[in-house]
Formats: sequence, C-alpha cells, structure tokens
Amino acid sequence: MPRFTIPKDEYLSKGHSGCAGCGATLLARFCLKALGPKTIINSPACCWSVVQGVWPRAALKVPVIDHAFECTGAVSSGIRAALDIKGMDDITVVGWAGDGGTVDIGLQSLSGAIDRRTDFLYIMYDNEAYMNTGIQCSGCTPLYAWTNTTPGGVRQEWKDVGKKRIMDMLVANGIAYGATVSIAYPEDLVAKVKKAKSIRGPKFIHALSSCPPGWKIPSAKSVEVARLATQAGVFPLFEYENGAYTLSKDVKTKPVEEYLMSQGRFKHLTPAMIADIQTKVDEEYAVLKAKCQGAGASA
Amino acid sequence: MLDLMTGNAAAAKGAMLARVEVIAAYPITPQTSISEKLAEMVANNEIAAKYIKVESEHSAMAALIGASYVGARTFTATSSQGLALMHENLYWAAGARRPIVMPVVSRALGPPWNIWTDHMDVMGERDTGWMQFFCENNQETLDLILIAYRVAEDKEVMLPAMIIEDGFILSHTFEKVDVPAIEEVDFFLHPFNPDVKVNFRKPRRYGSLVMPDWAMEFRYNNYLAMEKAKKKFLEAGVAFKKAFGRDYGDLVELYRCEDADVALIVAGSAAGTAKVAADRMRERGRKVGVAKLRVFRPFPTEEMLRLGEVVRTIGVFDRSYTYGQGGAIYGEVRNALFPLAPDVRVKGYIGGLGGRDVTEAEFEKMYDDLLMIARNGSMQKDVEWVALKDGSWRW
Repeated sequence: MPRFTIPKDEYLSKGHSGCAGCGATLLARFCLKALGPKTIINSPACCWSVVQGVWPRAALKVPVIDHAFECTGAVSSGIRAALDIKGMDDITVVGWAGDGGTVDIGLQSLSGAIDRRTDFLYIMYDNEAYMNTGIQCSGCTPLYAWTNTTPGGVRQEWKDVGKKRIMDMLVANGIAYGATVSIAYPEDLVAKVKKAKSIRGPKFIHALSSCPPGWKIPSAKSVEVARLATQAGVFPLFEYENGAYTLSKDVKTKPVEEYLMSQGRFKHLTPAMIADIQTKVDEEYAVLKAKCQGAGASA
Repeated sequence: MLDLMTGNAAAAKGAMLARVEVIAAYPITPQTSISEKLAEMVANNEIAAKYIKVESEHSAMAALIGASYVGARTFTATSSQGLALMHENLYWAAGARRPIVMPVVSRALGPPWNIWTDHMDVMGERDTGWMQFFCENNQETLDLILIAYRVAEDKEVMLPAMIIEDGFILSHTFEKVDVPAIEEVDFFLHPFNPDVKVNFRKPRRYGSLVMPDWAMEFRYNNYLAMEKAKKKFLEAGVAFKKAFGRDYGDLVELYRCEDADVALIVAGSAAGTAKVAADRMRERGRKVGVAKLRVFRPFPTEEMLRLGEVVRTIGVFDRSYTYGQGGAIYGEVRNALFPLAPDVRVKGYIGGLGGRDVTEAEFEKMYDDLLMIARNGSMQKDVEWVALKDGSWRW
C-alpha cells in the first residue's frame, strides 16, 4: 500500500462558488493542506474574488485579505512588516493571484516584494487568460491559443507569442525558491508548498490550473488535461533553489498534439502550427534539462 | 520643547510621536524629506517601526492596507503625481476602514511639470472617503497628525486621513514648532487596537465580494462614519487643548469674523497671509475677516451656515480649479449655503496655482472686491482668476 503524504485537514469548505472542474479550486485545497491554519492569504481581483464565496460567507478557513488587482506583492510586504513589528513570526504570508494579476498588472509590485526580500510565498494559479472577466488574452496565454481578445477572425489572429517566462524573470529578480506545480501531481504539489513554507525570503510557485470554460474542456477532464500538459512537456515540473534547478518529473512522453487537441481553444490549429509548437516545446524542454544537469541535479 | 524645523521635519516628528509601526513610502518632491527623515529615525532606533521601501506610491498604500489589517499603526506621505497614482487604493483604504494617516505635501499635477504647491492633487481625491485636514503652519502639521490618528482610529470612525501641508511654503520652510514630549502624547493617543483585524481563531475574509443586496449598506456606513468624524474631531480638539494648550476646537477657524461685512474662506498656508491682509484692512476701518478651513472632509456644512448668518458676503480663495465649474472649495461652500441661506453672496477667487505666490496685496484686492459687492448687493462675475498675466484681474 502506498503511504499518502497529503494531510487530511481541510481548509477549503464546501459551498465555494468555483466552476465545476476548476483547477485553481483544487489547487487551493491542496496548497492549504500544506500551509496549515497559521496562514494569511492575500488576493487581488481574480477568479478567487468570487470563488471564495459571497459576503457574509467565506470558503477558506484562514484569514484572507482582498485588495486591488496589482497589489499582491505590496500587500504581502505590508502584512509581513506588521507581523514582524507585532512579533508574530510563525505566520506564512501567501499572495494568491491569477496569471494576469501576476505577469501583467501585478508584475511591478511582485518584483518590488522580491527586491525587498519579503518573506512570503507567491502562488500564481495560471489558467492562461483573464478568466474571471471572461477569457481575455494575458501574458500567460500560450502561443496560437484562442481567447476572446485573440479571436482569430478572418485575419486568423490568435495569440502571436508564447507565455511570458515568468520563472526566468523572477529567478533573475532574486527569489529564494521557485517551483512549478500541477493539480495532476498532488504529492509533488504538497511537498513543494511545504518546502516553500520552510524557506525564508521570497518564494514563487507557478501552478498550472486548468479552466474548463476557458480552455473549452469538459469539467471531468480538468485533471487529465493538466496531466497531459506535463506529459507533453508543455508544463514541466521543476524546482529552483540556491541557483540550482531540479527536474521533478521527467515524464515528457507524449506529443503536444494530444495535449492541444484535448482542448477547444486550440481546435483551429493547423498541422504547421502544431509542428511549430512541438519544435518550441522540445527546444525549451532541452534548455530546462540542460539547466538541471548543469546544476548537477536531475530526476 | 521649542524647536526650529521645516514642515516635513514636523510631519516626521508627528509620526514618531504617534509611534507609527509600519511606514511605506516612495520618493516624490516635495514630500521626500519626510520619508528620508523617517528612514533615518528607523535606522537610528529612534522609532520602533518597520520601513518598507516600496516601488511606487500605489504599492505604498497597498502595503499599509495589508499592515493595518494585522493591527499596525500605519503611515506614509506623498505629493501630486504620487497621490494620483494612489487613487485606486485611496478608495480601498477608506472602504476597508483602515485608519491610515498620510501627509500630502500639496503640489501641482503635470503637465506642465511643476513641483510647487497648489491643491489640485488634494481636491482630486476629495471623494475617496478620506478625511482631509489643511495646515496653516508647521505647528499645525505636527499637531494635526496626532489629532488625525485619534479621530481616524476612533472605533466609530475608522477612516483614513490626509494632512495637507503646502509644498515648499511649509514643507521646506523653517518655523518655530513646540514639540510635545512623547510621554504626554501617549496620554492623548493610545495604541492602535482595532476591532477588525486578522484573527486566526476566527478567520474571516476582509474586503469580500458583496452583492447589490448589501453593497449599499457598506457605503452608507462609510457615510455615517464620516459624519461622526465631525464630532470626534471637535472632541479630539478639546482633549488636545487640555493636553498641550493649543486650540483645534473648530473645523473652521474664524478670524475677526464676528462683526465682519465680508470674509474670505482660505485653506492651507495662505490663510496666514489672508489674516495679515485682514489686519491691514481693519486698520483702515474695513470690517473683514478670515474663515480658515481646517477640515475639508468631512465638509463643515453647519459651520458654513453659521458663518453665513454673520457674514453676508463671502469670498472663497481656491488653490485649485475644477474644470467646468470653479474652485473646489467655492463649489462646496455655495452648495452648503444655498439651501438654507440662498441670499449670501459667494464669490470664488482662483490663485496660487503651480506655486504662484499669493501676496497680502492680492488678498487686500479680494477684500476690496468683496466690499464693493457687499455695498452694491450684486456681483458681476462668480469666479475670478487673480493676478493673471493676461490682465483679466487688473491691479
């Protein structure tokens, strides 16, 4: 019998307002199991403004501070400073934001918080578009994807550039710890969040969070599609710490086509587009593996 | 203890005496020396506070909102473009009922670039739900910071407050300031202990999503708190006078208005100049006075009505302009007077924009103009831009 490593405690109540199959909701459930009750979440405008429930109800069993869209890094710094002055040193400060709130509008304050060496964990749940406002293109929307602001049309204008390389940017910015996680690999996810919690300084976790309405997938396929992303090498799982990269799962076994064709947002892709994506994914995966080997560590 | 200090040094001293716990600030002229002074105090252990070097004013306000929710007394300062950048979070701070206190070292907004004082920046934020207190001099800057914390943190108020200090005229000018002992301040201002703060035993969500069925009640509570703040300011003024001897007993300070034929309403450092001009007019037998607007938010409607009962011709000197309407204070004074005292004549004067000096002679000219209106019983122009180079206000 395998021994389960995921704590049984629940900090996400029933009755939240997440969509059926919401990847970010599953992510929050796992993250909170790893974080425990001594956690303050702060969260900007994003799906989670809604998912947590409508006042006076709240779905999370930890304190949550809501704030404006671009403020996650700054509010995290403020919470930490106040905890420090009050001598409350056993609290984990977590910034919980979507991809648009992180790589686009929130990038400045996130960069500032890392620069200030704020002791906090930033978790970006990446559903690859502005989903709360109804599927608009963000800096995390993948190449050639359909969104309501990359609608194709007669000019065939889909997303014309790949995802912002946020982890590379933040490693250069000076994070103490970085990791990618997926809802399809919960043990790995929980272990990384626990590890991040144990490290002082600014930490960043990039979580791929499948979004049934935004990705045009059936609700029941949410975890399966997230797993395909890792198996196709589109979203590899790795860690960064002390200048070293470690590949967590070397499971790139499937063609990107299988991942792409599982989703309605890619259904317009031509064979040439798929081939282009495959080439880019292969190149990026090779670069990541080289980084992992170069650091003397691999999975 | 008497000391010689700039307005910005007085502001930093006020923050120190208030024992602020979290400071987040970003440099902007003419505010910068407040944040520099506080950084120095923190570095030298003169104050037990955390200093967050934020990367923008927007983030300064965001950081303080977070810190205040943990229960820390919070402080920042800004000017002009920095205040404008904060705009979104000013609404958030007020809506979240975080009693942040912030000197605004008033300065013109660009373009054209201009670092000198006017009140366009401050007036742009009058609807954000912040209290707004104007300072005439550096003593008031220090004192009003202490009063502001007491009012802002009152459990029936819980609203943020701006202390408006005119750029350079106060911020960089040395004046005599009576600095109270910190032990005396401790009696006047108790530690911040809000009812609403992060609690791990009873975890809550702060700033939640509220649907149309209840959202209006949240706004109504902000309105009630702002109204309550008038009484609380007066009470704080009484306590302050008892503790330190200086009088902040009115939202509007009346100077020689009791028998005046005309009065000028002035906010900020120009009020001092207007008082000197009023004295000179009095020497010539002209019965004029000054109504110094100390508190602009909450707006002292009742005080304006009382003034209107005594003085039937009122001028309003605005260091700002609300495009398409007139000066900001002018509009509000007319608004306050019209329903109950529609026969009071109110004239607006716009001046001192972008740091243009406002002289005693100009105020005397305004008084002459008002006296003529009082004599004739009518006025030709509602709003006048004073001392313009195009000659529309002839000297």
